[in-house]
Amino acid sequence: MNILKKLTKQREFFIFFVIICIMVAMTIYSPIFLTFANLSVLFLSLSIAVIIAVGMTNLMVSGGFDMSVGSVLAFSGAMAGIVLRSGAPVIAAVLIGIVIGGLAGLFNGFVVSILGINPFVTTLASLSLFRGLTLIVTRGQNISGLPDAFNALGQKVILGLQMPIWYALILVVIGDILLRKSRFFRQNYYIGGSEKSARLSGIAVDRMKILNYVIVGLLAGFAGVIMTARMGTASVTQGTGLELQVITAVIIGGASLQGGEGTVIGAFLGSLLMTLITNVLTLVGVDVYWQTFVTGATLLVAVLIDQYGKVRKEKARK
Amino acid sequence: MRALRGGRTAGAVRQGFGKCGVAMDKHILELKHICKEFPGVKALDDVNLTLDAGEVLALVGENGAGKSTLMLTLGGVHKPEAGQIFINGKEVSFSSPMDAQNQGIGIVYQELSLVQGLSIAENIFANRQPVGKAGFIKKEELYKSAREMLGLFHMEQLDPGMLVKELSVANRQVIEILKAISCDPKILVLDEPTSSLTEVEVQELFRNIRILKERGIAIIYISHHLHEIFEIADKVTILRDGKYICEARVTDIDEEFLVTKMVGRKIENIYGKRQEDEKIGEVCFRAEHLERKGLFHDISFEVRRGEIVGMSGLVGAGRTEIGLAIFGADKLDAGTLTLDGKQVEIRSVREAIANGIGYMSENRKEQGLYLDFDLKMNFISNRLPEFSKNGFMQEKQIEKAAEEAVNQFRIAIPGVSYKVGKLSGGNQQKVLLATWLGIRPRFLIVDEPTRGVDVGAKSEIYTFLRRMAAEGTAILMISSDLPEILGVSDRILVVREGQIAADCPARGATEESILSFATGVKEEETRRD
Repeated sequence: MNILKKLTKQREFFIFFVIICIMVAMTIYSPIFLTFANLSVLFLSLSIAVIIAVGMTNLMVSGGFDMSVGSVLAFSGAMAGIVLRSGAPVIAAVLIGIVIGGLAGLFNGFVVSILGINPFVTTLASLSLFRGLTLIVTRGQNISGLPDAFNALGQKVILGLQMPIWYALILVVIGDILLRKSRFFRQNYYIGGSEKSARLSGIAVDRMKILNYVIVGLLAGFAGVIMTARMGTASVTQGTGLELQVITAVIIGGASLQGGEGTVIGAFLGSLLMTLITNVLTLVGVDVYWQTFVTGATLLVAVLIDQYGKVRKEKARK
Repeated sequence: MRALRGGRTAGAVRQGFGKCGVAMDKHILELKHICKEFPGVKALDDVNLTLDAGEVLALVGENGAGKSTLMLTLGGVHKPEAGQIFINGKEVSFSSPMDAQNQGIGIVYQELSLVQGLSIAENIFANRQPVGKAGFIKKEELYKSAREMLGLFHMEQLDPGMLVKELSVANRQVIEILKAISCDPKILVLDEPTSSLTEVEVQELFRNIRILKERGIAIIYISHHLHEIFEIADKVTILRDGKYICEARVTDIDEEFLVTKMVGRKIENIYGKRQEDEKIGEVCFRAEHLERKGLFHDISFEVRRGEIVGMSGLVGAGRTEIGLAIFGADKLDAGTLTLDGKQVEIRSVREAIANGIGYMSENRKEQGLYLDFDLKMNFISNRLPEFSKNGFMQEKQIEKAAEEAVNQFRIAIPGVSYKVGKLSGGNQQKVLLATWLGIRPRFLIVDEPTRGVDVGAKSEIYTFLRRMAAEGTAILMISSDLPEILGVSDRILVVREGQIAADCPARGATEESILSFATGVKEEETRRD
């Protein structure tokens, strides 16, 4: 009873419940919905966003914010492509893609915590900086004709699921455990809860903040490599608008822009919910152009429900 | 401070102040049998109050006694379920805060409501600036009116065009009061006006209150500082648990009477009993020639084991800065720190904590507690490693330790998973104290340990500090509250302009002697006029 009560209070449980409802309804409505083919396409389409959302959740818990992940993804993918075209081995390309993501994160983290520029402004700038670098290094041309050994990283199928899905699931599990239970990442909740208090509690706030940007950068770099492998091409426009998709999922999953709350599982479920809704709309035959609109509506409804729930709880206490 | 007082004639005064004369037989404000209920709580239960023109009424009671609710009712924010409000003998009701203001109620809230980036003049006349035909603000006229308002408190030297963020806290409060006064209220409510002022600034505020009194404005004064009440108020109304307890002229009562009525039980001496000297041991902490450029220099002092050393001084003298630098939160430019005879190097808060130094911040809401988090999370915030194994948090162990702390410190909280932001000030402060005592400090710095805390919790906090000291901790208590400094400390340091101006035993020290060290003004001159 107690456990059930505790569960129902959590945002993750609520989203999970909504997801189950939608799935049950869709199974009744459409025979193709609950097929392995449909579901694996659904998971594949959200896997890239989920990989980044793991790092974004950690960052947003600490009160940070990163608009540049889509551009970092493109830049890492492009650099991996360039390295491969020069004949370097696959492993080198993968590492370079990831390291470049990490360096991009280090840049963001340095500007935010050492130079003290607002995270939104900083990463809005680096959104253009890294997209610009991508265009510069590629001269605006997509890089294709990548070796099969590299493409396999994004296209291979294990137990019926494509590689990106596996990466996403593994990262979600590890990320959730670390953020929920580890002492090291627990510090981010304190920083997000009150940065000034965290300093006086002996937490190395600046170091943690930089590291959080580096982590989300590393994951964006990894996602860039995987996306390039999956497509077999480093597209210069890949990842455009991805940052909004990721941040939306993280917020639906229970994080707030102020920091101090949020979980990786929540962000995963938020991402799943959004993709599911898009999938449903397609199956039901709603005009494709409505889908973005519905994403916005979902975010607003999720936040409103949360706000309303909090107010009601507080009233009940008084 | 001295530049502001003296024989200067009052400047031009806004019209209308003189018209406050009232027929003598009617009270300017009368509340009868006011009741206000919130779900589950009777916040106000049959409260009565009377107030005459030119009178200062102190409203006292512990946190949760109903002072704020009463004030918000008077301000038109809450509507009472029962009871009547009379202004000048006429029954009134307020439909909104605006309506209350129009009917002559001015309120100066504890949290200042000024816009930092706007000028003094624009703040005083917020939303009521004189405008021309096209709706543009007439700057000349606005500044002229603002200068007249400033003149009321003999503060003509302030430029009305100056931005509020450039002002000191004390001057911001003056602007806040002027803002309320500019609406020409008959009744002015001041909520905890001295909570962030130093003793000298408090005297300045009192002078201003007396000016308003002379103009016939009736004042309701809310404060936790009981000694202030005897200085400024004519009478006092005591509330406890939402109930009206009694009303008395201040000349007929003493502090003990007030405390007893407020708390509902007798508290002999809220500061507790002083340590016997023989319990004070070896030197535990020694600071030598500490310096932080522009803030303080050549700070040397010692704190012995079992000793509570009070650090007094004006706000801005550098006390908090000294505390933060010792704690590693700010950088020291020079000086050495010694703990139990060994010189220590402290470059970060983490190192300070590792060396057994604790720092309880003066501002628990912003620096200290995590208001959105539960008690457990707060309680372990400064020693995560102690509650983790192989890098993972041990939830059971945390829960157990937190529950013990709740019992030990008698924190009134429904459970350890309850948000500390929802607790009263006194309980929040106890959570912070429990958090810092949790590291079992050798040397603990407490900065304004009882700010915004009611009498009952205050005396408990002093008890905990004394117990800590008795167990061998050295305590440095930074405080702006002179009775607290005198009542709790074994020894007193006075800081003036970043330097130690005095280091003396608490026995024999008086408020006047500390103030004279703090201000650098000879004793006779600081005496109240």
